[in-house]
Amino acid sequence: MTANAPALAMADVRYIYPSPGGGVVALDGVTIEIPPGQTLAVAGQNGSGKTTFGKLVNGLLHPASGSVSVHGQDTTARRVQDLARHVGYVFQNPNHQLFARSVREELAFGPRNLGIAEAEIDRRIGEVAEAFGLTGQLGDHPYHLGFPIRKLVSIASVVTMRPSIMVLDEPTTGQDHRTSDAIVRVIQELRDSGVTVVCISHDMDLVVAVADRVVVLQAGRVVADGTPRVVLADQATMSTTRLRPPQVTRLSLALPGGADRPAALTVDELLRDVRSAGLARVEGLP
Amino acid sequence: MTPLVSDAPIVSIADLTVSYVGADRPAIDGLDLEIAAGEYVGIIGLNGAGKTTLGLCLNGVVPHAIPADVTGKLLVAGIDPRTRRVQDTARTVGVVFDNPEYQLSQLTVVEEVAFGLENLGVDPAEMPARIAEALALVGLEDVEERSPLSLSGGQQQRLALASVLVMRPTVLFLDEPTAYLDPVGKADMLAIADRLHGEDGMTVIVADHEVEALAEIADRIVVLDAGRVVMDGPPAQVLARVEELAKRELRVPQVTQFAHALRPDAQDLPVTVEGALAWLGAG
Repeated sequence: MTANAPALAMADVRYIYPSPGGGVVALDGVTIEIPPGQTLAVAGQNGSGKTTFGKLVNGLLHPASGSVSVHGQDTTARRVQDLARHVGYVFQNPNHQLFARSVREELAFGPRNLGIAEAEIDRRIGEVAEAFGLTGQLGDHPYHLGFPIRKLVSIASVVTMRPSIMVLDEPTTGQDHRTSDAIVRVIQELRDSGVTVVCISHDMDLVVAVADRVVVLQAGRVVADGTPRVVLADQATMSTTRLRPPQVTRLSLALPGGADRPAALTVDELLRDVRSAGLARVEGLP
Repeated sequence: MTPLVSDAPIVSIADLTVSYVGADRPAIDGLDLEIAAGEYVGIIGLNGAGKTTLGLCLNGVVPHAIPADVTGKLLVAGIDPRTRRVQDTARTVGVVFDNPEYQLSQLTVVEEVAFGLENLGVDPAEMPARIAEALALVGLEDVEERSPLSLSGGQQQRLALASVLVMRPTVLFLDEPTAYLDPVGKADMLAIADRLHGEDGMTVIVADHEVEALAEIADRIVVLDAGRVVMDGPPAQVLARVEELAKRELRVPQVTQFAHALRPDAQDLPVTVEGALAWLGAG
């Protein structure tokens, strides 16, 4: 660990997947610094390099050129197991991650691998299970749980390792509104407790709810980097990357004068804007 | 777009109850639903509300391949799927599930699409034309000899759709067709479904959490909760019941939430951006 270093840094990173045709460039000169405690959303279509980005962070992949560092230390100099103390990775599909015979065992597996004392593991399981609403399921077999609960277990089993950085790959994919909301709350709590979060997602409602910053990848390059308010209102970037801003943001931009004021990202923000003097005249609202 | 709706119901379900072996409650519990030929119906509901089981009943996989106790009236194009073989029902109802990996099994794209036709006993001389037609419908004519597993997620999902369309079903049921797709893949899938409905008059049923996309394309929204229909009507009517849906932990489009907050007593709430602009008098 290096004091004052960014939690994560990439410098001119290229990554190439080997292929008979000469290799597929997944990341092509990515430079980014993420300060500790920031929640970063990485957006882009499939094939834009999002998942490669995540796997470089946890050391599953190493760059072909350029460097990736975690808390100031180059990932190539560290074993994946050592990085796992700092970087937790939640796969998109919980079925690829869960294998223990009970939820309790699932939550204990990570910290046990890190050599944490059993009493401390029990304490963490109790705490995390409560925060995730899983206390009643600790004795259940993960495969007897519904898909939404399995997803929460897969996140909880990483949180018990207390990583300082968490990477979540498409956490809300295939989830209904109830579970998506629960996942948003979990990410907000991680952020509030100081964890650096990298959230790989094209779910723009999730991005708005959790992210301090959004990076948009296209063909392995960063094509936008800024706050959600700036990036999601950038209609040229949204259009060329075929990302769809939240419905309320599209309405905000389409209203008279929409391009001249900061875009609304939430229903409450649009209500505030519309009720303000400038827009009230448009539709004679109460 | 003019919906090509006729009066005769293509799907007719009354008091349908489905209980899986060993389950503690029925997956479908007294469901009533009539769908007219040519309708585009969006189904919303929490995970576990019975959406997938409904699809599996329509194509006969429940109870033929997945054992369950199925009672009540269930007719698709006038025939009860329980009374005939699954491969025969496939001529009437095509179902595409959320994860195409579960559906793909063959070595090449062409073989994947041919698989269903072979099961139907279609004349081999007729197959190449039908396969080409199905692949063209989903925009996969250039990858015929590729392995399905080498395709992108969006292409795999379109291949699963082509494998169903090649049987020329009259009813298409898409179960969370966009769940694992990126925005481009989602837009492509919904555009294909929209075209099949608009140009070919196919009856399309889409179960999805993406209520904002359904609000733009469906003629009708059906809300399932705990295995039964709890709301049913045109999108603007159903989705305007903001508080009732919130109690069921279902969300309505953001512009509907917005309009409801502005005028809580309004009955005619917008469900799309264009609708909201018109509603605000700013369109």
